[in-house]
Amino acid sequence: MEQLADNRSPPAWEGRATGGGTAASSPCWSCRGPVGDADYAFCSTCGAVQPPLPITHFQRLGLASGFQIPRDQLDAAYFDQARRLHPDRFATRTPRERQFSQAQAVSLNEAYETLKDPLRCALYLLTLAGRSSIAQERTIRDPTLLMEAMEAREALEEATDLAAVEALAARQRADRDSCLASLQQLFDAGDLDGAEAVTLRLTYLAKLGEDIRLRRMRLAMSA
Amino acid sequence: MLLQIHEPGQTPDPHEQDRGIAVGIDLGTTNSVVALAREGKPEVLRDARGEAIVPSLAAYLPGEEDPIVGVMARRVFLDEPEAVVSSVKRLMGRGVEDLKALGGALPYTLAADQPGGMVRLAVGGRVLTPVEVSADILRAMKARAEIATGRRVDRAVITVPAYFDDAARTATRDAARLAGLEVLRLVNEPTAAALAYGLDQGAEGLYAVYDLGGGTFDVSILRLQKGVFQVLATGGDAALGGDDFDHAIADHFLAGRSDIGSAAAQQALATARLAKECLTTQDAGSWWIDVGAERIACALDRPTLEQLIRPLVQRTLEIAQSVIADARLELDEIKGVVLVGGSTRVPLVRRSVEALFGRPPLSDIDPDLVVAMGAALQAEALTVGSDTLLLDVLPLSLGIETMGGLVEKVVERNTPIPVARAQEFTTFQDGQTAMAIHVVQGERETVDGNRSLARFVLSGIPPMVAGAARIAVTFAVDADGLLTVSAREATTGVAAETVVKPSYGLDPDQMAAMLRDSLEHAREDMQRRLLIESRVEAQRVLNALMAALAADRALLSAAEAAVLEAAAAQVTVALGGSDRDRITLAVEDLERASATFAQRRMDAAFNAALSGRRLDAVAETLGAAAPSGIRDPAASPAAPA
Repeated sequence: MEQLADNRSPPAWEGRATGGGTAASSPCWSCRGPVGDADYAFCSTCGAVQPPLPITHFQRLGLASGFQIPRDQLDAAYFDQARRLHPDRFATRTPRERQFSQAQAVSLNEAYETLKDPLRCALYLLTLAGRSSIAQERTIRDPTLLMEAMEAREALEEATDLAAVEALAARQRADRDSCLASLQQLFDAGDLDGAEAVTLRLTYLAKLGEDIRLRRMRLAMSA
Repeated sequence: MLLQIHEPGQTPDPHEQDRGIAVGIDLGTTNSVVALAREGKPEVLRDARGEAIVPSLAAYLPGEEDPIVGVMARRVFLDEPEAVVSSVKRLMGRGVEDLKALGGALPYTLAADQPGGMVRLAVGGRVLTPVEVSADILRAMKARAEIATGRRVDRAVITVPAYFDDAARTATRDAARLAGLEVLRLVNEPTAAALAYGLDQGAEGLYAVYDLGGGTFDVSILRLQKGVFQVLATGGDAALGGDDFDHAIADHFLAGRSDIGSAAAQQALATARLAKECLTTQDAGSWWIDVGAERIACALDRPTLEQLIRPLVQRTLEIAQSVIADARLELDEIKGVVLVGGSTRVPLVRRSVEALFGRPPLSDIDPDLVVAMGAALQAEALTVGSDTLLLDVLPLSLGIETMGGLVEKVVERNTPIPVARAQEFTTFQDGQTAMAIHVVQGERETVDGNRSLARFVLSGIPPMVAGAARIAVTFAVDADGLLTVSAREATTGVAAETVVKPSYGLDPDQMAAMLRDSLEHAREDMQRRLLIESRVEAQRVLNALMAALAADRALLSAAEAAVLEAAAAQVTVALGGSDRDRITLAVEDLERASATFAQRRMDAAFNAALSGRRLDAVAETLGAAAPSGIRDPAASPAAPA
């Protein structure tokens, strides 16, 4: 069986909240009044930083949910939030504010890292839609995909010079790009079965890309 | 009374003037530099003779209580080389076996008794850890800054090589604490350099920082965009620097001789350094070394020098290429390369970097001073505020030992920090109540190939059948790149206790003993720290109440508001003085006095939320905690507990 992922534990998708709750039920730790819901991270009355709420990565970045958010848009949202929440902004504040800012920054980084990577983003969207099993899937069951994977591995093993590896890399990139394009359509259309199948193929392609990268490095070193 | 209201987050500390100033310190292998930034302009702090650089040397003369640091220690070195510690940074967070791996004739004398953990040095009749020696150098930097500015210096941003592991970072932080400095942040040296460059030049785009110091090599790839300094990838070698050039040259000078003691080895290294520096501008030269009564003549020209150091320079280029690959970039996407560290003065280094990147490197800011200047800018940003933002990454993967000496990675290198990751473990025996976890740092697949950071024992696991307990261990790396570990049994919620045994650090008892012995932590100093902390907390409580009053004053009668304001005024008065107990008591009184107000604000918000929603929405919001009696949204509900 083909190993799909090195990571043997399910990834932690959600930023874990250290406390708090919904805006209406839990008071601000600092002014002890209602936090309000104007902002996910700060009390609307006194401005104190709050522990992170269990919201989605999209909400945390203030973005509409979707696959493959344009990189400049994602970066701009991330930098905006990081400017307000990074622990550097709280270096001279009380220990609790420093602790909450760190927790917020941890959740923010998790959100950014997840949405930045198309594969992780696809897996996350599927998890949000209640299809979390795919993230734990470690072996390829689909016979067509299995055949493709085995052939690619054989081709990589037989590629003994840089040019041959480069050809495989180009093919892997093209396959990956077409996966991303069809995922975009499938997610937009709400076809989760289709998205799940393509995400599985993307998982395999990511692993292949990594193998190609290592192979290329080894060849470059021995050259 | 007149109440002052500030923008949240912009409260000026009324006692900022009482506080010491915050400086940036580049604690280098060979040289150290301290700088101060005012209004975004960093300035290196110099001694009376105008010297910016403090050699990172500490001399411990027998019978003398205080060490001699810097240029004066260099003079001691001429007569008593065995009393001088040099390049102590290479030993931070290192054990005896690491030292042996450095190879060659060591310029250190090791203590006879090595209790394990961090290496102990025997020098000037005493036994010292690298942390204590570094603390002595930091004390000298602090003293220099205090003389230069006429102000007390109690906080600092200290730079570390980006490739420093957790043990070396922790050792650096401990050294600062021993020296009486509060560490505002440990900043990676290439990042600090980029900050100094970026602000100076208004640069945007992708930049590489090539930092070859005395003992460490780092390369970082950063994206600079509108005041954000985002590190994309970093790499390096924590044991590769100009010192290694010196070792290669010294070995050449002493070719084949095995009768070299540590004093002669020190001298050979000093001569090698001199030769290397001379050949930056000259083509050839000759020197001599005394070995006992014998004098060895040494000659060197630039082609020979370059032949000696070429393998080392080649290694830095390979690392630079792999870091660019880690950032998923191609060489031609890099818009500029910045040279940092004294060793980048070596002509072969410059030529090689220029050839690799295909463009002349930037070195307009003195490569010996640029890191301290960046650190000073960050110290100002952290204490006074700034629009710039440093987003750094974890330099080396964190993992845990699994069956068969293999490593399972928990956090991959180049992950943005701060980061937290949870990993689940289970028991393999019925009734097992404890387990041992070994945390390592590095990229290899086996434990042996990585740095051992710490061993944890999780205890207090509720007894269950094998495999039933689910212990979630959370690895958190803060913005300083420092790791903390916590654990919790997931099914019962019982927090497992972690007993940390750092592999190469000082254990908490040793650290406490050193702090007790340290003059900087006299009672007075401790008191001042506590006073500052209570002031910060009091100001927070005051701000929170003022904001709440501004929003919801209508919920109070005039008399009630007057009581609150009087209590607030007491805090303000207490803040004007320096009596910590008085501040604490006034804050407690204010918190008590405002409890009812807080309750009313919550009730009002609750009612507002309730009247704005339909019944089923309300029930959903309240969830399991919903009082079953609620039927009519118009009826005034009991306040939730």
